[in-house]
Amino acid sequence: MADKIALEVTRFSPERDKEPRLATYEVPLRKEWVVLDALNYVKDKVDGSLSFRWSCRMGVCGSCGMMVNGEPKLTCATFLTDYAPGPVRVEPLKNFPVMRDLIVEISDFLAKLTKVKPWIIRKDEKPLSEGEYLQTPEQLDTYKQFSMCINCLLCYAACPVYGLDPLFSGPAALALAQRYNMDSRDQGTDERMDILSQHDGIWGCTFVGECTEVCPKHVDPAGAIQQYKLTATKEWMKSMLMPWKGK
Amino acid sequence: MATYTEYPPRGYRVRMSTYWWLGKWPYLKFILRELSSIFVAWFVVETLMLIKALSDGLLAYAEFQQFLQNPIVVALNVISLCFIVFHTITWFNLAPKAMAVRMGGKRVPDVLIAGPNYVAWVVVSAAVAWLVLRG
Repeated sequence: MADKIALEVTRFSPERDKEPRLATYEVPLRKEWVVLDALNYVKDKVDGSLSFRWSCRMGVCGSCGMMVNGEPKLTCATFLTDYAPGPVRVEPLKNFPVMRDLIVEISDFLAKLTKVKPWIIRKDEKPLSEGEYLQTPEQLDTYKQFSMCINCLLCYAACPVYGLDPLFSGPAALALAQRYNMDSRDQGTDERMDILSQHDGIWGCTFVGECTEVCPKHVDPAGAIQQYKLTATKEWMKSMLMPWKGK
Repeated sequence: MATYTEYPPRGYRVRMSTYWWLGKWPYLKFILRELSSIFVAWFVVETLMLIKALSDGLLAYAEFQQFLQNPIVVALNVISLCFIVFHTITWFNLAPKAMAVRMGGKRVPDVLIAGPNYVAWVVVSAAVAWLVLRG
């Protein structure tokens, strides 16, 4: 095994550059090193101005998502040796505006996430003295997969619908909405329905399915969206057949 | 050295190429699956033409048969069949994602959702083939 590998990294300084460019760095190729280690090596030893987000370096915080050789990846879980003999190209997450080097602007996602109300909504609150809202393991199991999302945004980088239409709510926000819809303690399904069943919500999704493929936590946003499409269609049919029932 | 801009615009945006779907097989597969709807529509039109020819009498039916024997129509139908098979297989494989059926507290495995679709496909196709080919 060679002891070095070339790392091609996007550099962009909004104050100085018209557009992003690639810079190449030689980094040690070590068996236990991930792409994030290589970036930290560059920052520590070669160029301290290299900017990128990272935090936990163990696939939990969701900060270090980047494009590695064109694929959205958590750089803390992507080994350099898998790309030997290189070069390894590291670019900012696709479909988001680039702020600096490998950092993207994610306020659009944060606004969309808030819009789908990803929290437990109760119509009737129990008094504290009555204790917690209990849930069986089976009830937990219905939504647990969708609750594993770490907001790393790899799914947005893989979604061509979001790339072409920035108004689309996107995979993670919709999967998280479905996570709360399926929670037995939640009573906010109707409230979310109006937001989710808009064109920019679930119906914007054309089921490319790549969000599910790239998800490092196996959340399956594509499945969540299609399942919600079924629910929304059933609700619509019910409201057509039994208009007197109402909400 | 490039000039220094004190308040640059927030974020550099890259426009998606018109040919975004050419670079990666899953994207190309998606576009082909979407495109297959045109061929599905063509088979619907062809079936309607067949029904009309049948209702218009023997002469119209013979003319329709002649139309079907045209090499261009034969080629179009072969291509359409390939697209419809592709459409069917990809659709059946995606069905388990949309249908999260739970039984006995557990989610029914994907193969039990996709499987019956395939079985129904084979049975219906065999029944149609038997109807068409027996005489």
